[in-house]
Amino acid sequence: MTILESRGLCRYFGGLKAVDQIDMQVQEGEVFGIIGPNGAGKTTFFNVCSGTYTATKGEVWFNGQNITDRRPEEVARIGMARTFQNLKLFSYMTVEENVAVGFHIQTKTNLLDAICHTPRYRRDEAFIKENTADILERLGLSDVRHELAGKLSYGTQRKVEIARAMALRPKLLLLDEPAAGMNPLETQSLMEFVQMLNAQGYTIVVIEHDMKFIMNLCHRILVMNYGKKICEGLPDEIRNNSEVQEAYLGKGLDFMKEGGLFA
Amino acid sequence: MAKCKAFYQRYKRLVWAAAAAAVLAFPLLFPQESVMTIAVRVLIYMILASGLNIANGYIGLFNIGSAGFMCIGAYAAALLSTRLGMSFVPTLLLSVALTAGVGALLAFPTSRFAGFYFSITTMGFSEIVRLTALNWVSLTRGSNGIHSIPKPSILGFTLQTSTHYYYMILLILLLVLFCIRRILRSRVGRAWLSIRENPDAARSLGVPITLYKSLNFMVMGLILGLGGCLMAYYYRYISPEMFQIDNGHQVLAMVNLGGLGSIAGPLMGAAILSVCMEALRTMAEYRMIVYALIVLAMMWLRPQGIVGATNTVMVQRRMAKPAKKGRQQKVRGGV
Repeated sequence: MTILESRGLCRYFGGLKAVDQIDMQVQEGEVFGIIGPNGAGKTTFFNVCSGTYTATKGEVWFNGQNITDRRPEEVARIGMARTFQNLKLFSYMTVEENVAVGFHIQTKTNLLDAICHTPRYRRDEAFIKENTADILERLGLSDVRHELAGKLSYGTQRKVEIARAMALRPKLLLLDEPAAGMNPLETQSLMEFVQMLNAQGYTIVVIEHDMKFIMNLCHRILVMNYGKKICEGLPDEIRNNSEVQEAYLGKGLDFMKEGGLFA
Repeated sequence: MAKCKAFYQRYKRLVWAAAAAAVLAFPLLFPQESVMTIAVRVLIYMILASGLNIANGYIGLFNIGSAGFMCIGAYAAALLSTRLGMSFVPTLLLSVALTAGVGALLAFPTSRFAGFYFSITTMGFSEIVRLTALNWVSLTRGSNGIHSIPKPSILGFTLQTSTHYYYMILLILLLVLFCIRRILRSRVGRAWLSIRENPDAARSLGVPITLYKSLNFMVMGLILGLGGCLMAYYYRYISPEMFQIDNGHQVLAMVNLGGLGSIAGPLMGAAILSVCMEALRTMAEYRMIVYALIVLAMMWLRPQGIVGATNTVMVQRRMAKPAKKGRQQKVRGGV
């Protein structure tokens, strides 16, 4: 079943076609990768899908609903969570509090509940405490739960962002360059973690530059360049696609192809 | 500072007991009316500063028009009690509900503004309120102000001396602080802080920003209105002159001096600045220069405020070591 679909999606900034006619279908239960050179429009595409930007043309469908131009908080409410390329943590809140904000939708405490400590407040706080501890445990963040998020190392901050997104219990998780700033060892453990999430039933869309990460992790991959879709397919197909090689490595000169330098 | 903190952690109960005893026994030790007047004023400013801190400290919107809310609260109390002859408690509740409502509504037209643009809007709001009070002569008696506001009486007991006011306002202040603390440690408080820290991320987690800004302003308006209402009842005379934009700046200076985004900060700031102003009363207008110097020195030496230096800012210091110390752009306190 298709969970996320874009139909002819466009986003222009004035004359710049940042995202141009992208068609994409993400199936439920898969890990879907989006790659492309810098400035290819991957993050813009993500932002349009998650409601941060409005679409210039085209539609986004999520789980059978047309969510084009819905606001980010509404998109979150129906089960799409995301992380950001340039970390957007709550720096002056602890790791635990960061994750607790992720439970906003699932809890209902209002001002009066908070002041009077009604049963609803106690129930919500217990729920948040228990589930936060669970998520932090799974991501190996239990040791730093009382630290301020802004104080942590870059790799750990990335994990906190993922933890926060997971608190939404989303049907679909959008990860924007989750491995940026991680060392190879951390990248490896992140990959295993994403695989584990996928095995638990999360559908994941991931943007990444690390080819090893993408090729080993994703079931299907979409390649973008200059806002356009170059191709879509299985990792092996992508690897051998001449257009993709061209986008990343450039075009060889004719005499080279004819057996000059590479012969 | 670290030593102070360690001492506090160690003798937490003792410190609290001593503070409680000092606050309760203060009127017994200094029963002179002149001292008590200052003490009551400090308490009222503590309420006002705590109220302003709700928006400026916890949701990160810099409101510089607190005088407008005070004005609405004070005029509502004065008009209800003199014109309609309503008694203290219903007047208090009604005028506070009015300022809360105004606060909640103000969030909608301003929800798309951020930073300075928002601040300028609140300044405009404050002046509009004052000018309305000044020019709607048939209702507010214009620049003559409203005098002989009745003394408040609760359950048949009429407040006479400043000492009576002191205990009543102290009780209200404690109630306000209790509520603020509880709100901050709940889903609502976390939503406010998340908006302060990063609105985009807050939205991506499903926090409806406009709604929570509105809620935040409602609470801020409520507490500022409460302060204004108590001012009207204590001075028993109000005029538009008391709610000029400068009076709002005074509260703002207290919050900034004490430390944004902490519960103790505004209390500390209110106490220090009110007492300074009283001590310098003999200097007449020149005291404003001293006042400005205090605020400037504070911004230079300790931009996070006196109490702002809880965990959070200490941490920030350490992180910002390579840069010149004490000049961080963003200043935030703890909860």
